Amino acid sequence: MSAVLADMPKTDMSKTVAPATTKAIAPSKGGRPWTFYVLATLFAFYVIALYGPMFCIYVLSFQDIRGGLVFPMKGTSLHWFVDLFTQVRTGDVKGSFDRSIKLAVIVTVITVVVSFLAGLGFRKRFRGDTVVFYMMIGSLVAPGLVLGLGTGLLFQALGLNASWYTSALGAQLSWTLPFGVLVMFAVMSRFNQVWEKAAYDLGASRWQSIRLVMIPVLAPGLVAVALFGFTLSYDEFARSLQTAGSLNTLPLEIWSMTLNVTSPSLYALGTVTTIVSFIVIGASLGSIVLIQKKRGSSTKG
Amino acid sequence: MTEFEAFADMQPSLSPAQTLPRANLAGWLYVSPLVLVLVPFFVAPILVVLAASFFATDGFGGLTPGFTLASYVEVLHSALTLKLYLATIKFTVLTWVFTLIIGFFVAYFLVFHVRNQLLAIGLFLLCTVPFWTSNIIRMISWIPLLGKEGLINQALLGLGLIRQPLEVLLFSDLAVVIAYVHQLTIFMIVPIFNSMARIDKKLIEAAIDAGASRFDIMRLIVVPMSKSGIALGTIFVVSIVMGDFFVVKVMSGGGSASVVSAFYEDVGVLQYPTAAASAVLLTLVLVAIVSLILRTVDIRQEITR
Repeated sequence: MSAVLADMPKTDMSKTVAPATTKAIAPSKGGRPWTFYVLATLFAFYVIALYGPMFCIYVLSFQDIRGGLVFPMKGTSLHWFVDLFTQVRTGDVKGSFDRSIKLAVIVTVITVVVSFLAGLGFRKRFRGDTVVFYMMIGSLVAPGLVLGLGTGLLFQALGLNASWYTSALGAQLSWTLPFGVLVMFAVMSRFNQVWEKAAYDLGASRWQSIRLVMIPVLAPGLVAVALFGFTLSYDEFARSLQTAGSLNTLPLEIWSMTLNVTSPSLYALGTVTTIVSFIVIGASLGSIVLIQKKRGSSTKG
Repeated sequence: MTEFEAFADMQPSLSPAQTLPRANLAGWLYVSPLVLVLVPFFVAPILVVLAASFFATDGFGGLTPGFTLASYVEVLHSALTLKLYLATIKFTVLTWVFTLIIGFFVAYFLVFHVRNQLLAIGLFLLCTVPFWTSNIIRMISWIPLLGKEGLINQALLGLGLIRQPLEVLLFSDLAVVIAYVHQLTIFMIVPIFNSMARIDKKLIEAAIDAGASRFDIMRLIVVPMSKSGIALGTIFVVSIVMGDFFVVKVMSGGGSASVVSAFYEDVGVLQYPTAAASAVLLTLVLVAIVSLILRTVDIRQEITR
């Protein structure tokens, strides 16, 4: 989906007919058709329903020690954030947080590289490509818990220890890779192969054309795949449940908290994880903008 | 590059029968890392589950290799199985309908009604941002709203519309569907938005010039051309809801169960063969649904076009 974001500037450049079109869709001269107001209202309700509940827990996480799980809010303090990282009864939040971040970084790197290569492979048809494609779709739609259990049993049968950086890593990749490759499909379908051919005509090797032409051109799409890999892993739960071994990842920690903890600590954790997500998105979108800018200035210069 | 050029570019690729051995080798070389992950972490685990479904158990987690259909007989004979599937299908259909309606019209609004491109992108981003935070956190964020002392009950009591707090809001099937729709509508919006954004606006102008009404355009152009997005979104939503257990467990307060939540309970009490048999059954159902969708829309063709 982030491919859409990454590709947007390109899309709107190629579709310069936009103003004429909107007029065409809304034939009543200048005015908006009634459907605009109906759909705008629907959209507004959707956004409110999307954000409303989350804002409630962010606000409630800043209560003082008397705070509960529902409104009205009782005082303001950072009590529950301190509680989150100091109390033993809320579990190993810090450790699971560290593990989740590390795991997400490893998953991201592997997802980007493997998806990019698979994207290159799928551009041309080859014997058996359909088998690989359906294997990928299968991996995407298989119930996570079932796959997790299968992986866990497999490791048991092979006498291997399940851990977050072996079995859970593989289980997460079986989920992030299909997403990554699907995004790569969308990204690559917009890649003009003329540039690649031009590189060959100028005597570039296969590796040179990938390194000097494809990767720079596809960079925003690759950042999108990275963003995908990171957040899907950072948030992955069902596949990790039976495969993470004795040490929890963050979602598993959150899961056990939802079952045991009934204090605003839980909400504080929600606020903290959201902040981390925003930092990651901000950094990724920032890098996309930087890449676009650099490209814009280099084509001008 | 216009869509047309992209399409023309796709033409030289050969059909499978005509591929050269070299092209085959190169293709396999590029996808080999993908295959090297999917075989041990998708194919093998599925086969392990399949094998386990035929094993016997001592009831304490020990598995006896062998071949017995006892687990399947047990699962298929159990009245509970039908109940679980009906519950799962109910949640799936309800979630699918709501996410499809909301997702379709949100995408339609963004693509065809928002005149400023930059604003459309901004609003689209606004819809995707919550996706980046924890699913579990988003789910429990409904508790302060839907709970017995939650905001909605407080508001309704304050307005004098009800005398007793509504109990049906939280820990009910309603709460389960609300949580699913909250989490999954994005999976509809994004692919539908993606396919709608590719509709050539000139086509719509031409239709208007030819005297088509807004409804005609919707029925004859927008819906058919968004088919791949709808299909992809449907696959995401259906497979996630049917494969889920924690939303059902938490939001129904234990009152409802789905196929996978029952599977989870089975694993918890070490009933691996029955759990595996029900997992195989569910996987077959999912495969049937997804291949039915893929039969109507060739997603790979649509995405790469």
